[in-house]
Amino acid sequence: MSAASISVKESPLVLYALRRADDALILGHRLSEWCGHAPMMEEDMALANMGLDLIGQARELYTYAAKVEGADNDEDKFAYLRDVRQYRNLLLVEQPNGDFARTIVRQFLYSAFADLYWCAMTASKDKTIASIASKSEKESAYHLRHSSEWVIRLGDGTEESHHRAQAAIDDLWPFTGELFHSDESDKALIADGVAVDPESLRAGWMKTVSSVLHTATLKGPATTWMQKGGRSGHHSEHLGHLLSELQSLQRSFPGATW
Amino acid sequence: MSTQNIQLWEVFIRSRNGLAHKHVGSLHATDATLALQAARDIYTRRGEGLSIWVVPSDSIVASDPAEKGMMFEPAMSKIYRHPTFYDVPDEVGHM
Repeated sequence: MSAASISVKESPLVLYALRRADDALILGHRLSEWCGHAPMMEEDMALANMGLDLIGQARELYTYAAKVEGADNDEDKFAYLRDVRQYRNLLLVEQPNGDFARTIVRQFLYSAFADLYWCAMTASKDKTIASIASKSEKESAYHLRHSSEWVIRLGDGTEESHHRAQAAIDDLWPFTGELFHSDESDKALIADGVAVDPESLRAGWMKTVSSVLHTATLKGPATTWMQKGGRSGHHSEHLGHLLSELQSLQRSFPGATW
Repeated sequence: MSTQNIQLWEVFIRSRNGLAHKHVGSLHATDATLALQAARDIYTRRGEGLSIWVVPSDSIVASDPAEKGMMFEPAMSKIYRHPTFYDVPDEVGHM
């Protein structure tokens, strides 16, 4: 490891873009881990496609963050040269793939939010973010459809698939509270109409999730206790391992291209 | 998971308005909804399509390759069925 981490001047807008970019990159990377390992070839392709959509979203958001920051950073530096504590993604998206049910449930919980979020963000007063939203919204809508169909089939499938899907819901549920969290840094952006207040999406998210879980014969846990920390760089133990793989090449051979 | 016992589907893509759906390949899926999604994910990644049909492979009635003599050879000798024996008057223009 020889390349040092960059420093980032996190103005509210830079931080806002980085948080969403990190969500997309980390979830996209998780999906890429399935490449060549999915239960069937058709699903291998579907997961890789979703991963590529997300990595595409991350690239646009990183590039915009770099432009707003106006320093020497770019999309690659944000992705490859920030330490785990500098990552701002939701804890939900860094959770390990586990079995297929867990990957699908994680995707479903995230996409049910992302679909509403990007739809709302198409009305952002920030033209670049509105344009990224308009592209991402169509991608997220498909991710939601695909993951919903699988949640229904796993939940209402065999005893084994039901058990695995329910276990994934129970384990990942405490990471969903962070989806609706906003902090001081977000407040002015929300007031200015640049960002949507994620709390305003909660009812819609709950409606989608409840409806799919009901069809899938799965239950939303009664627990209301929620994990948080990802947005301020306090991550679970899994993100460091993910980053060590994601960043190893650029850390060992700074600036390597091919 | 083995794909051995999962239904096979044939995929047809229409690339542009006005063109016909064209067979592009097959895939495995447990039901029609997932077959359509898999077709989208496998066969339209490079912007190939505007419309997708999926059809259960066992719904297709196919000719028997062993009967190709009886089925297709009689047409080979009937070149007069090709519209190549007519002179198109210049006034008709491009056909």
